[in-house]
Amino acid sequence: MTSIAKPKIVHSGLARNVLGLTVRDYEGGMSTLCAGCGHDSITASIVQACFELGVPPHGVAKMSGIGCSSKTPAYFLSASHGFNSVHGRMPSIATGASAANRDLYLLGVSGDGDSLSIGLGQFMHALRRNLDMLYIIENNGVYGLTKGQFSASADLGAKNKRGEENRQPPIDPVQMALALGGTFVARSFSGDKEQLVPLIKAGISHRGFALLDVVSPCVTFNDHEGSTKSYEHAREFNLRAIHTDFVPPEEEIMAAYDEGDVLPVELHDGSRLLLRKLANDYDIGNRGEAIEYLRTRHRAGEIVTGLLYIDESQPDLHGANSTIETPLNQVPYEQLCPGPESLAALQKRYR
Amino acid sequence: MEPTDTAGTEYFHRVVDCQWACPANTDVPQYIRLIAQGRFADAYLLNRESNVFPGILGRVCDRPCEPACRRGRVEAEPVAICRLKRVAADNRGDIEDRLPRAPEVRNGKRVALVGAGCASLTVANDLAPLGYECVVFEALDRPGGLMRTNIPAFRLPTSVLDDEIGYITRLGVDVRYSSPVQSLKALLDDGFDAVFVGSGAPKGKDLRLPGRDASDRIHIGIDWLGSIAFGHTKSVGARVLIIGVGNTAMDCCRSSLRLGAKDVKVIARKPRRFFKASEWELEDAEEERVEIVVNYSPKAFVMENGKLVGMQFEELEYEFQGDDIVGQKVLRDVFLPCDDVVLAIGQENAFPWIERDLGIGFDRHEVPVIDTVTFQSTRPGVFFGGDAAFGPKNIIWAVKHGHEAAISIHKHCQGMATTERLPRGVNLTTAKMGIHEWSYSNGYEPAERRIMPHVELTKRFKKLNIEVELGFSVEQIATEVERCLNCDIQTAFTPKLCIECDACIDICPVDCLTIAPNGDATEIDERLKTPRQNPTQPLYVSEPLPQTGRVMLKDENICVHCGLCAERCPTGAWDMQKSTVKIPYAAEESRAGEAQWQNSRKAG
Repeated sequence: MTSIAKPKIVHSGLARNVLGLTVRDYEGGMSTLCAGCGHDSITASIVQACFELGVPPHGVAKMSGIGCSSKTPAYFLSASHGFNSVHGRMPSIATGASAANRDLYLLGVSGDGDSLSIGLGQFMHALRRNLDMLYIIENNGVYGLTKGQFSASADLGAKNKRGEENRQPPIDPVQMALALGGTFVARSFSGDKEQLVPLIKAGISHRGFALLDVVSPCVTFNDHEGSTKSYEHAREFNLRAIHTDFVPPEEEIMAAYDEGDVLPVELHDGSRLLLRKLANDYDIGNRGEAIEYLRTRHRAGEIVTGLLYIDESQPDLHGANSTIETPLNQVPYEQLCPGPESLAALQKRYR
Repeated sequence: MEPTDTAGTEYFHRVVDCQWACPANTDVPQYIRLIAQGRFADAYLLNRESNVFPGILGRVCDRPCEPACRRGRVEAEPVAICRLKRVAADNRGDIEDRLPRAPEVRNGKRVALVGAGCASLTVANDLAPLGYECVVFEALDRPGGLMRTNIPAFRLPTSVLDDEIGYITRLGVDVRYSSPVQSLKALLDDGFDAVFVGSGAPKGKDLRLPGRDASDRIHIGIDWLGSIAFGHTKSVGARVLIIGVGNTAMDCCRSSLRLGAKDVKVIARKPRRFFKASEWELEDAEEERVEIVVNYSPKAFVMENGKLVGMQFEELEYEFQGDDIVGQKVLRDVFLPCDDVVLAIGQENAFPWIERDLGIGFDRHEVPVIDTVTFQSTRPGVFFGGDAAFGPKNIIWAVKHGHEAAISIHKHCQGMATTERLPRGVNLTTAKMGIHEWSYSNGYEPAERRIMPHVELTKRFKKLNIEVELGFSVEQIATEVERCLNCDIQTAFTPKLCIECDACIDICPVDCLTIAPNGDATEIDERLKTPRQNPTQPLYVSEPLPQTGRVMLKDENICVHCGLCAERCPTGAWDMQKSTVKIPYAAEESRAGEAQWQNSRKAG
């Protein structure tokens, strides 16, 4: 028989979350990506994180642009809203969606091409506006859909499948986010779900723009010797700087810890993060030093992963603009659009 | 944990739960696949290889395969394996020319078979094609043993019996009817090279209570069923009590209804979960409005004016500790009126015709001592099988005994050691046909088990031999075959190819795969993605994986064999492979013996 879709089998061993849903209820359509694509693991991690958090699927809007990564929202949360935008323009669409309905949780999935090449400007502005969303970059260093050319995140000296070297320096979204005032900056690896799932949960619980850059090997065009984004390379050079435990609001913190080692961070929804240093020379909570650390380790060929910076004190887009608590799409029309008289009165004030 | 050895026979054989549970190791997934392809004759012949009587067993098998079926662990009901076997039998057409034939020249060895039941017939089926002269001695005037006498025709039509027994008797088997064996000594003196005793367990247990001998309306279940089958008993009173609640009791109560009874009660000493009858036989009886009375212990048969008028019972109350009964007390005495009583409280084998000085050992329960592998008694050359060997079991067990005894008889007659037997084997071939192409139907059919249609209640009691089950419709067959999970298409893993991309873990619809650091059994259990629910099912542990040294773990319990792990694997580390379990029969032993002889000739 030919290829089949993943059957929805609700077996007795399947756990249920606070909403009474199983992990199957957070899945989506059958992936059409190459077998073994890192993106599918990220999809599975999103499914797992949303299931564990008990996210109501109908309260989520999946936002994406163009590319292999941007196809993935079709493969998770099939009961959620979604928008597949023009190439690189997802941050604008997301901003509009958030402006219209601030109760909607935005889950953006983009790639290194979509965010760091054609959509770089859009990405930077969404980030500095601190739009309340989780923004995942599925970063594989190549343009997979167009047969494996180097992307803007390819490392200097990395080799493509034909053995040619990349001679342009990479754009690192993590360093950029730190420089632009990002309030949640993290990196992970698609092959490390133990790290990735808590980071996705933390990113969803963070109020503001949560950037999660995930090294996600392209199994077809960038998983060879000489690649710096292959499974083997990512495993060998992964430097886990920070370990993140995610503790949901209702749960007590069970593990005992010394205050010097662990930094507890309380998020707006009452959940807590326990950040534990794995690399001794890394200073959590210092933007400048974080950038310096990333540069140094990158020069040494290492990929620094973990929740590298978090700041819960900054207002998000709605906070900064003092918008009303009610989502605009629920505000009665007369109030939202009070008519030409009101417009005239407003304009009069500026004359 | 140590890496699992999948190279041996056992691991992959155990994964095929139905075939592993079947005493005769019927290749269930393959015959269901053949039915799905409309190849009914092929499905029938595949069945016949292992279980000899597919048409009979497709109606009355005790189906140990179904409780074992993986489908029953994934959802509520197993695949209707047994009734699909009937589908193959009902639609097989003429297969006579595809059956083995006896050679024109015999091999000069004579084998006596006592009783023409399923065990003896299986022995004849295996040995006659090898040139053995098989002589069957049968006490009755028709073959079939308990299949004919104890299973009512409304469950098993006589035409089905005649067809399948005919396939064997037409192999040139000499069946001597109305010839009960009176003396084993005489038989042995007749110069047979081997004797097989397949005389069943023909003695129904009696219930010695006051009034037992005062009426002729108290019947022993299996004898009574036999007398119905042969047309000697044609009627029964309006009110019938059946004592006992095994499968024979179910046949007795349902037969009563067809002989004219209006009020039939089955009396059980214990609560329902202690019943010996199979759940489906209970359901069929209850559908016919038979009342099952629990916690009644028989006390006496009550007579009035020399006529049976009813039975006296004690109503019991049990004290439980968990599932076990730890005490009982009598609540009250109860009288139930009736016209007939049928005792269906068990049966046993009996060998009054075996002299005790022939070197055949009997234990203190007067049961012969039989080797559980060779089925040979303590006297070389005398073999037992079926109910005669280890007491009452089911047809499918007797068939298994028959196959094994046939191997032993062949070895014995050829002067070889009966204990040296060919091993089982498992063949594996990939099911991959191309990208996204598999040689089996891997789609998951979510439909529930199809319900067997029955003849209407108003019609089925008109005659004794109206078969109640109508068989599946074409639509039902098409759905039911797809419910099979193809457990014989194995997930075969090659650790050195794995790049740990997690594709298989993410796609598995039942979360049975995990990649985790190795550890001891408890640690491994904790690391599994889904906790183990059924530790009796195999757990696969791979060799260390190349990139991280972690191991691939697979809990076989509810793997649905959809092949998605292999489909999504970028390196071909997972593959779906069709396994075929090779079970040697007497024919294989004979071929192996010949090959050995040829080889030694070449070497010489």
